[in-house]
Amino acid sequence: MPVNYYIFLSLILFSIGIAGVLTRRNAIIVFMCIELMLNAVNLLLVAFSKMHHVAALAIDPASTVGTEAQLFVFFIMVVAAAEVTVGLAIIVMMYRNIHSVDINFLNRLKH
Amino acid sequence: MSITQILFWFLSALSILSALMMVTSRNPVHSVLWLILVFFAISGHYILMNAQFLAIVNMIVYAGAIMVLFLFVIMLMNMNAETEPQKNKWLKMAGAIGSGTLLLVLVAALRDSELRGRTLEGPEGTIGLVKQLGAVLFTDYVVPFEISSVLFLSAMVGAVLIGKKD
Repeated sequence: MPVNYYIFLSLILFSIGIAGVLTRRNAIIVFMCIELMLNAVNLLLVAFSKMHHVAALAIDPASTVGTEAQLFVFFIMVVAAAEVTVGLAIIVMMYRNIHSVDINFLNRLKH
Repeated sequence: MSITQILFWFLSALSILSALMMVTSRNPVHSVLWLILVFFAISGHYILMNAQFLAIVNMIVYAGAIMVLFLFVIMLMNMNAETEPQKNKWLKMAGAIGSGTLLLVLVAALRDSELRGRTLEGPEGTIGLVKQLGAVLFTDYVVPFEISSVLFLSAMVGAVLIGKKD
């Protein structure tokens, strides 16, 4: 497949994520849209890794170009898992205090 | 059309449709289930690109662990379509137009980039396999790996501290 197709697919997924962040008021859904955007970027990184690997294999059949990109994606997943834990804890605490997950109630951050 | 192309178009359509359904469905539980479908489709893309380790990690970590965590929180708060807060329709339209414009600008900017002729077709390669990635991860990248374990510990402590009732 041409790498352009993967770029466009990632862009579409990323834009859908942005649309979700902008149009929804439920904090959990907004958080899920951020996860979707992270995954779109991961997909693009893996596509670029594969692209460079194919180009390098044509020159040197034993090349390992592109390994770092896949490890980078792995570390992004690791950090995303840690981020989700803390973010959901914050949302649960917010729900306990103001009995809602509506982000419009977060505009004053304290009361 | 080869089998790879058919799979690519199928998985792309599946991921885009599921993402749209995730954003538009009113019930948060349905949103989580659609997002799990998106993650499975993206795992399928990883398998097509021979990134087998990342496909499995994506399935286990994202579709397995993280989404179950989301589902737990949503069920803990007893949310459903009736309690879902709604923005007014002008704000929704503005958000949709804003993201659509961003998509348009990015596609127009990247359509004729120098990557245009590059392709993913070619020999399979072995960089996506567990053996190769593990060898590099535990030799060149062992320090970041250990630091990420400290990150997990601090995230765990932070989550417990924030979530504690006091």
